Amino acid sequence: MQNLDSRPAPYAKDQTQEAAEEERQWEATEVKEADHVPDTMQTPDVPPPTPAKDQFQEELVIRPLHSGDIYASFQFRTMWDTDFLRGSKVSHYRLFPKSLGQVISKFSVRELHISFTQGYWRTMQWGQPFLPSPPGAELWVWFQDTVTDVDGAWKELTNVLSGIFCASLNFIDSTNTVQPSASFKPLGLGNVTDQRFLRYAVLPREIVCTENLTPWKKLLPCGSKVPVCLMFDALMKVASSQSFRLSYNTSEICHNSYCKSTVWELRQTLNVVFDLHTSGQGKREWSLFKMFSRTLTEACPLASSSKVYVDGELFELSPTTPLLSQAVVLGDRRTYSVYDLTNQATFGQTRSLNMLLRWRAAESGDMLRPLLHGERYVAGYGLQTGEIHTLMYNNHPYRAFPVLLLDTVPWYLRLYIHTLTVTSKGRDNKPSYIHYQPSKDRLRPHLLEMLVQLPPNSVTEVTMQFERALLKWTEYTPDPNHGFYVGSSVISALVPSVVAMDTNSTRECPLFSSFFPCKEESSYFMRVYTEPLLVNLPTPDFSMPYNVICLTCTVVAVGYGSLYNLLTRTFQVEEPSPGLAKRLANIIRRLRGVPLL
Amino acid sequence: MAAPLTLLLIVAVTIRAVLFRSSLAELIPERVEVVSPLNAWKRVVEGLALLDLGVSPYAGDVFHETPLIIYFFHFVIDYAEIVFMVMTRLVGCVFLLQFRKQKYALEAERYPLDCLELIRTPKEMYYIPLKVAMFYLLNPFTILSCVAKSTCGLNNAVIALFILCTVKGSSLMSAIFLALATYQSIYPLTLFAPALLYLLQRLYIPVNWQRSSFWLFTTQYTFMYLGSLCVMVCLSFFLLSSWDFLSSVYGFILSVPDLTPNIGLFWYFFAEMFEHFRLFFICVFQINVFFYTIPLSIKLKEHPIFLIFMQIAIISIFKSYPTVGDIALYMAFLPAWNHLYRFLRNIFLVSVVLLACSALFPVLWHLWIYAGSANSNFYYAITLLFNVAQILLVSDYFYAYLRREHHLTHGLYLKRKDGSEATLVLK
Repeated sequence: MQNLDSRPAPYAKDQTQEAAEEERQWEATEVKEADHVPDTMQTPDVPPPTPAKDQFQEELVIRPLHSGDIYASFQFRTMWDTDFLRGSKVSHYRLFPKSLGQVISKFSVRELHISFTQGYWRTMQWGQPFLPSPPGAELWVWFQDTVTDVDGAWKELTNVLSGIFCASLNFIDSTNTVQPSASFKPLGLGNVTDQRFLRYAVLPREIVCTENLTPWKKLLPCGSKVPVCLMFDALMKVASSQSFRLSYNTSEICHNSYCKSTVWELRQTLNVVFDLHTSGQGKREWSLFKMFSRTLTEACPLASSSKVYVDGELFELSPTTPLLSQAVVLGDRRTYSVYDLTNQATFGQTRSLNMLLRWRAAESGDMLRPLLHGERYVAGYGLQTGEIHTLMYNNHPYRAFPVLLLDTVPWYLRLYIHTLTVTSKGRDNKPSYIHYQPSKDRLRPHLLEMLVQLPPNSVTEVTMQFERALLKWTEYTPDPNHGFYVGSSVISALVPSVVAMDTNSTRECPLFSSFFPCKEESSYFMRVYTEPLLVNLPTPDFSMPYNVICLTCTVVAVGYGSLYNLLTRTFQVEEPSPGLAKRLANIIRRLRGVPLL
Repeated sequence: MAAPLTLLLIVAVTIRAVLFRSSLAELIPERVEVVSPLNAWKRVVEGLALLDLGVSPYAGDVFHETPLIIYFFHFVIDYAEIVFMVMTRLVGCVFLLQFRKQKYALEAERYPLDCLELIRTPKEMYYIPLKVAMFYLLNPFTILSCVAKSTCGLNNAVIALFILCTVKGSSLMSAIFLALATYQSIYPLTLFAPALLYLLQRLYIPVNWQRSSFWLFTTQYTFMYLGSLCVMVCLSFFLLSSWDFLSSVYGFILSVPDLTPNIGLFWYFFAEMFEHFRLFFICVFQINVFFYTIPLSIKLKEHPIFLIFMQIAIISIFKSYPTVGDIALYMAFLPAWNHLYRFLRNIFLVSVVLLACSALFPVLWHLWIYAGSANSNFYYAITLLFNVAQILLVSDYFYAYLRREHHLTHGLYLKRKDGSEATLVLK
């Protein structure tokens, strides 16, 4: 049960008490550790250590989209200056969640990225998301180079994560895991790029629901007591979200631009797209209360920064805020209105913040067309063969740029690489790099990575034929006529930017603008996911195993029987059989040894 | 003989050329009755494309041909159609040549006079080679197999050359071709026994366990065969520097992991098999192919050519991935035994069932895969019927052959003790 009315004042007192208690607890733990590991710990009479080297930032970005939907993105970042992998075992966790920390140290993980998505992001209508992800569950992990058995570690890791996040990640096995050679370079620190330590898997069939939201909330330091998180309860009731995405990204990053020391960073994001038109509003105005059935009343006390960014260029905001922030995200420079929740003045006299946004006049504005866009579909008819078509759109008016296309196709769709064609503007466009790993039946999927140069303002089509396999009757899902899912293709590119990108990633810049490291000003990194595919396979009749076995064995027995007869018997002249009396007489005669009748 | 043969060749080439240029040339290589995962042309092209990309063709599960095929087609890939047509010509001519030699003289003296009508006259036998060639070249199954560019045609050519060399009496060439046929697909191993029996018969060495000449020849032939097989396997290793091809080719043939529908019995059986019994039934079905060798060799040790026919027929019916090209091979032998016609009991039924099934295969496939109004059971039923018809055909010819032999030794018109006409039964 959630505590609906939280009173700020006593809570603040509790918070100081708690902090004091925690500090005392911290001291106690340190002394204990000193007993066990005397050589690495300092002596007990040294003053308590400097205040926690971890910090927590939270923010909420609200961006109305041109189609009338609202895009709400919650981002939480926990940073901790510690070392999971070298030195002593970490045992005192404060802001950083213990379950993830233990996972990182046990499996020697360098980077861990998981996302759960429900619904498909409509790039052409909504623009680019801050953090793209494919429908279903996606998991990719870079292991440290000290790991000797990466496959074993991967298998254990997926099972442990499946338990932590209440998701069926245990269905990840060798039949849907690949090792991309070029597409998923580490996002954090690290210059070792041996693909043997990378594993990528996607489960397109995975359904995300509120069950996955609960473990996500548990990993946040404020847990479920703070209003920003209370909003999640409202989300559970909102059935009209068009796209719903949870993600966790853990990596080791540089502390500052000089990279003298490293910190561990955990980013948790929740992206939701609401369709408020269908909830019967009609008018073009939104408020926090309408979206979440709640208002914000305070920030998380453990957060060092807690902000709400609203993309208000085309809207009237009330209450207004003097703070404005400019951010360049994905080649788009926009101005956001900022509400600082750590500042008590933001909440005003009602002690609650309920933003109201209203469309300004009738201008709908011009949405920036995404420069890179991908689509995929299956062509062909019947259950024997088919063709996969991937379309990549380059909407830049005059610049061509290369993209890396990663395709993971399950083994039961047998791809024929000699039928691969890449055409742009009607002409053949030969990829400059192809890495193809064919599938092994029931062991691993197909992996195709290609570097394709997309000409400016064009559509590039990649087609490949495949054959559908007949599986054993036990390998079909319980609803075989629904079809089998093929995971999304991944298109990764460094897209040339019309706006100068910000290469300094400081602590003060908004979280949503710093997902992917930006090395140069003239381009930014973008990853686009296509739709997953649903493919039907021919099915045997599931009610017939016994009948089939009997009938086939009958045919084999017919062959055996006729050949056996012909091999073991000889031709004889047939004698008509005598009557019963004569036969009895013959028996008696045979006994007597007398010639037969 | 030359003129009718030339005419026949011209007709066969014309039919194939016309089909190669028509729109059917795209449809036929996709038919599952004509190609299988082992010998499809699409997979040969895929294997060569993988080799060009720098990936071993055996790294995936698409290519299941032997390495020598890769290197053969690496050079002749542009002339593929011509290669396949040449192969079928070759088989036709080979069949022609071998049936010239018949044991006519050997048979004539031994039999009672009233069997004269059973013995074939030279006049009849004159046309047998041409008929055999015609049966092979103009058989729709062969034409389909050639237009689909299935490597089954190459396998048939090798087996035909092997039979030719055996009949000509050259044991070294016979061993080499048999080794090549076994290297391509494992099942021609069963042809070792009839080849040995024929060569022994030709050299007038009786099949007697105590005679040293028998053992001498047997070991000689065995060594030649095993030696050529080893040479081929080692050559394949050196061509690609790995032993991957063993599990991709022979492991694939024996363990049947791919359940693509075909005209055989394996695919649906193992699609519906309980996991626990899978290994057991794989072993049973594979042993079923090899297991008839010894009993048949014992029964037919005087008649090795018929034994070759029986073995080829059994392989074509019970192998793991049969196609119509395999069936065409043993059907080509049938004119050689048209003197058995009077003893065949089910020939009408068999021929009608085979025709009907051949017509129903594409119909029921379309209904299952494209129209969606039938399911896999329909296609499976026709498969069963087709195989039953083939089994009946083979056993019918076997019955007729044995019966003719019986008549040759006991006389054609048999009478019972009391003088009335007798009937023969198998007891």
